Amino acid sequence: MTSTATRPTASGPDDRPKPERAPRVLSFSHRMSRWDLKVSPYLYISPFFILFAIVGLFPIVYTAVISFQEWDLVRNSGTFVGFDQYIWILSQADFWVALRNTFSIFLLSSVPQIVLALFIAAMLDRNIRAKTFWRMSVLLPYVMAPVAVALIFSNMFGDNHGLVNNILTSVGLDPIAWHKDPFWSHIAIATMVNFRWTGYNALILLAAMQAVPREYYEAATVDGANAFRQFWSITLPSLKPTLIFVVITSTIGGLQIFDEPRMFDTFGRGGAANQWLTITLYLYNIGWGEFNFGRAAALAWILFIIILAIGLINLGITRRLVRDEGGRGVIQRRRRRKGAQQ
Amino acid sequence: MSAISTPPLAVVEENLPNARRNRRTTKIRGVRAGFWVYLGLGVVIVSAIFPYYWSFLIGSGDATTINDPNMSWLPGGNFIANALAVVNDPAVNFWLALWNSIFSSTVIAASVVIFSTLAGWAFAKLRFPGGKWLLAFVVATMAVPMQLGVVPLYLLFSDLGWTGQIGAIIIPALTSAFGVFWMTQYLSQTVPDELIEAARVDGASMIRTFWTVGVTAARPAAAMLFLFTFVGAWNQFFWPFIVLDRQSPTLPVALSLLQSNYFVDYSIVLAGVLLATIPLLILFALAGKQLVSGIMAGAVKG
Repeated sequence: MTSTATRPTASGPDDRPKPERAPRVLSFSHRMSRWDLKVSPYLYISPFFILFAIVGLFPIVYTAVISFQEWDLVRNSGTFVGFDQYIWILSQADFWVALRNTFSIFLLSSVPQIVLALFIAAMLDRNIRAKTFWRMSVLLPYVMAPVAVALIFSNMFGDNHGLVNNILTSVGLDPIAWHKDPFWSHIAIATMVNFRWTGYNALILLAAMQAVPREYYEAATVDGANAFRQFWSITLPSLKPTLIFVVITSTIGGLQIFDEPRMFDTFGRGGAANQWLTITLYLYNIGWGEFNFGRAAALAWILFIIILAIGLINLGITRRLVRDEGGRGVIQRRRRRKGAQQ
Repeated sequence: MSAISTPPLAVVEENLPNARRNRRTTKIRGVRAGFWVYLGLGVVIVSAIFPYYWSFLIGSGDATTINDPNMSWLPGGNFIANALAVVNDPAVNFWLALWNSIFSSTVIAASVVIFSTLAGWAFAKLRFPGGKWLLAFVVATMAVPMQLGVVPLYLLFSDLGWTGQIGAIIIPALTSAFGVFWMTQYLSQTVPDELIEAARVDGASMIRTFWTVGVTAARPAAAMLFLFTFVGAWNQFFWPFIVLDRQSPTLPVALSLLQSNYFVDYSIVLAGVLLATIPLLILFALAGKQLVSGIMAGAVKG
């Protein structure tokens, strides 16, 4: 009681001159603090940008430079040849075969993969026991290296004594020439991709499914819609943005496919008649098989332009679809706020 | 200072989106799943496990197993012998490959987590001129394929004499645009601005605020980012295959050497495949739950 009474009287007179002195007393730490506030953000992001400039931006630009040159390995420098390397690449039959193969493998992997992933996600979205166990099992293939997957599957898809052909012949069917026929080799390679990525995509789609407001389903049930109708009319439209995200990521990944075709046979050159030569495999063969870096660089840029073009097409589609979803975001935000208040 | 900052941090932990989402999404759909759902999921799981089993089946047999049309569905007894053949093959350098994989993946994952947390904190919570543009730039770089940089990187590293060195696969992977994006998303959703203002008012410097508020809040996301980066780095093949050689490979590169060495004897190749996969299987057994929740969380935000 006495201490509280004495304190204001003791500090009262001391406080009065302080406001005048304050700027001077605080100035150093103040200035430090200002400086800290201004510079810190740039300091924090600088490691990323410095490293990216060295190992990301510089190589991209330099690839463009090299792509206009005839690279000499011995002198380790190049002579300018304009667009010759691009013209050379585009005039190669191999390039167009590789382009066809890449798109074929990409379609054969991404389309069934996303359909399957949707199915699996819908099953996981049901009220099941031991959710975590099922989710983890679905993700199990994701941890296996693509090279390992490729070795196992190329063994199973062996032409003579592979598991799949053994099964086919045991039920009275003809064996399939997995390593000779372009189409079937694409199926085999696509199977490897699907094995590794379907579960991963299923979990992404599952997450999006769980974000769909459950009232929609309640309302639909009241209106008499069955499970299939609900999936078609509520779940699927709500998934559109996530679906597009999955499509874009699997496009970018699919167009760069290398590990699986490289390991599909022991030679790793894409098949005797380029049956499963992909663009990246072709790039490797030119760059590190023939050591023609000018051509490899030109092919890298062509690949990038293809990815960019398809990415832009996807972006256009996404924009249009996401605008349809504008209302949902608001509802979700409201729900989230409500959840936070509870 | 620490006494002041503890109560707000408890608030941060309570606000983690995962805890909230789980509470919100479970239990609402009442009807228990039926037989067909379990059957369907059972089929999915069998097909997920089957390739692992197949590689054990062949890997535990001998060179003739694969050519035997009446082969047994039970494993043979040669797995250890086949595994030893892989491990002791001087051309494959298995132990060095294992060490290279562990070392490079750990360094890459740790570095990505540190730099991404720093940059993500700045993008999510600090206002500075150009911030939005720089973040957009980071996101845009995610679409650039690895192939676009390999030729100059290879030339660069061979100029430095680093081809065949493990550093050549670590250096280009030290940062990740995805990591920065992931951390930015997470931190901007988890940390309330008031918390930072409070810390600033209390006189904490920027780095102190980052350390006490940011790093604490980022921990769950950092763990997930570490896992994903680790798995990604471990499985990387294209660039290590180009720049490393058989003297000092990573496990995927060693596997590719295995195939060209033993292209007739698949029992040894597949024993090696399983052997090289075991470390990641252990990681998955320990941290699979986090990996799953990481994918689930990332999907909603991405």
